[in-house]
Amino acid sequence: MKRTTRSWRDREDLRGLALISPTVLYALALLLVPVAMVILYSFWKQSFMTIDHTFRLSNYEAAFTQPIYRALFLRSLWISLTVSLVTVVMAYPVAWYISFHGGRNKNLWLFVITVPFLTSYLLRVMAWKVVLGHNGVVNSALMWLGLIHQPIEALLYTANSVVITLVHSWVAFAILPIFVSMEKIDRSLVEAGRDLGDSAFRSFRRIVLPLSLPGVISAFVIVMIPTIGDYVTPTLVGGRDGMMIANIIQTNFGQAQNWPMGAALSVSAMVLVSLAAGIMVLLLRLLVNGVRR
Amino acid sequence: MPDRPMIEIAGVSRNFGTFRALDDINLTIAEGQFFSLLGPSGCGKTTLLRLLAGLDVPSAGTIRIDGEDCTEIRANARPTNMVFQSYAIFPHLNVAENVGYGLKRLRLGRAEEDRRVAEALEMVRLPDFGRRKGNELSGGQRQRVALARALVMRPKVLLLDEPLSALDKKLREEMQIELRSLQQSVGITFVLVTHDQYEALALSDRIAVMFAGRVAQVAEPMEIYQHPATRQVADFLGGMNFLSARIAGETGETLTVETDRLGTAVLRKPAGFTASGNRATVGIRPERLRVLWDDETAPHMLTGRIASRAYFGETTSLAVAIEGLDAPLSIVETNDYGADELKIGAEIRLAYDPEALVLVSDPAA
Ligand SMILES: Nc1ncnc2c1ncn2[C@@H]1O[C@H](COP(=O)(O)OP(=O)(O)OP(=O)(O)O)[C@@H](O)[C@H]1O
Ligand SMILES: [Mg+2]
Repeated sequence: MKRTTRSWRDREDLRGLALISPTVLYALALLLVPVAMVILYSFWKQSFMTIDHTFRLSNYEAAFTQPIYRALFLRSLWISLTVSLVTVVMAYPVAWYISFHGGRNKNLWLFVITVPFLTSYLLRVMAWKVVLGHNGVVNSALMWLGLIHQPIEALLYTANSVVITLVHSWVAFAILPIFVSMEKIDRSLVEAGRDLGDSAFRSFRRIVLPLSLPGVISAFVIVMIPTIGDYVTPTLVGGRDGMMIANIIQTNFGQAQNWPMGAALSVSAMVLVSLAAGIMVLLLRLLVNGVRR
Repeated sequence: MPDRPMIEIAGVSRNFGTFRALDDINLTIAEGQFFSLLGPSGCGKTTLLRLLAGLDVPSAGTIRIDGEDCTEIRANARPTNMVFQSYAIFPHLNVAENVGYGLKRLRLGRAEEDRRVAEALEMVRLPDFGRRKGNELSGGQRQRVALARALVMRPKVLLLDEPLSALDKKLREEMQIELRSLQQSVGITFVLVTHDQYEALALSDRIAVMFAGRVAQVAEPMEIYQHPATRQVADFLGGMNFLSARIAGETGETLTVETDRLGTAVLRKPAGFTASGNRATVGIRPERLRVLWDDETAPHMLTGRIASRAYFGETTSLAVAIEGLDAPLSIVETNDYGADELKIGAEIRLAYDPEALVLVSDPAA
């Protein structure tokens, strides 16, 4: 066989690279460079107004040993895990209902779900203050019903209020990927399951659930990753008990003027959330594999 | 074989809103029969099959399977299994898991389950494919997996929705032969949906021809081809030349007709035939007309001119204009002799047999 030299234009792979290169460059400039800078900073040290550029691990040491940071990491992980779990569990039936029983109104349903997002994020968080506050909707309603005699203080400015608010903010983003993965399931697969003897529930468990798993996983990741870095919600409804790691990162980059410490905390948060998300994905897979027998 | 009825469909209709997809269907399918539902696209074949499978409920009428009224019984509790038009292979399971899908619920134990899966895969000639993923199969392999998955359940009735339509011609013909011999060896009642007349004719013990939600004729393949009850059925199953004829005499079972150019014949009345006025429609199949070469003669002859011609290799199709007939006659000539002399405009003589004429019901006549 004779090898002929060909111009790069003929090479499928090179042509592909050339075509995506604007996107790649854009992504490099806007994603990789900032991340690289944060990583660099995390190995330096702030000494008063200047930055000491010698390589050191002291920031990471502090991030993992100081009790305040450790407590915040654990709480952030816990909150983002809880938020993603609750969100996915709440979103799944909604997505299932729209996909399998939405009939010709599917688009209307999806629109209705996104309506709250026409208002600003801040407004939606503030609205929860009204709902959960001392004299808020929940407390007033419970008092009026006579179920309680004084307002429940634990509703607002706690980790719970952060979870509730975040779930509400993210649930639509979880419904969409789950819905999409369900839409892709060929309905004749479900019918084949029924035809082979499955009850409606069994065919759901053995066919719909495993085949919608990719959507569940994306929903989980889509919710978990941003929530761990959220600082608006904890600032507004979190109080002291609802503070998260992002709040302290923000402080380091802001008032405290300790960018290297902030950077080290950011990188640690990134690694932790990736690990946690990875573990959750594996667990979900195992769970679904176990249940579809 | 005693003709015990396996499926009895009585007065079944199915409406989608105001649209009537099935209109008063009455059919009986005997045990162990290979039964085909044949009809053009959209005539309601899939709708009827889904009613038999229990995936849908009729708007009216009853369905009995093996003597038991199944009208209200859902798919999972019926002694039927289906091979879907799209095969519906579970993409997240491998071939063995696909085939064993329905066995899981029966709790046969691992060994028995494996044995039956292996046996079913053997039957469809895919013995070493157990570990392949469902989405790593060719069209023909998918179809066999779908078949094995249904057969492994040992249903009383196997329902097949155009299982061969996605395959290329050669593979389709191979699979037709396999399907037929499989049906004979397992002895299960097969109900096959198809819009391919050759498939229906070649495979079936009996055929129901459907148009627009109604059954037009139910009969054995040869009967349906040779004595189509209506003009529509005749036209759908292969070509047919239609001629208008005068009714010259009538008995209980027969009609004497006079045609303009093809003489007089005594013809059998198809089921449900009623003469309207003194005209009737008769037909003759293209292959029952034959070109006469050189000084060959025949008792019944016609002369005409070739109006158009299509060469198919083994056969040539001609349209021959005959004086005194409104439409040219189409004929199919086997290319054993002188095909290249059959040129457009050439004058030829045709032989026919008045016995080959058939009488059909024609609502338009
Ligand atoms: N769920 C439904 N809602 C409304 N109309 C339907 C529905 N299912 C089928 N129909 C209509 O009923 C008629 C018969 O459909 P069916 O699928 O039974 O046709 P078919 O004979 O199987 O055709 P094909 O050979 O193309 O598969 C069609 O006109 C179709 O549009
Ligand atoms: Mg169909």
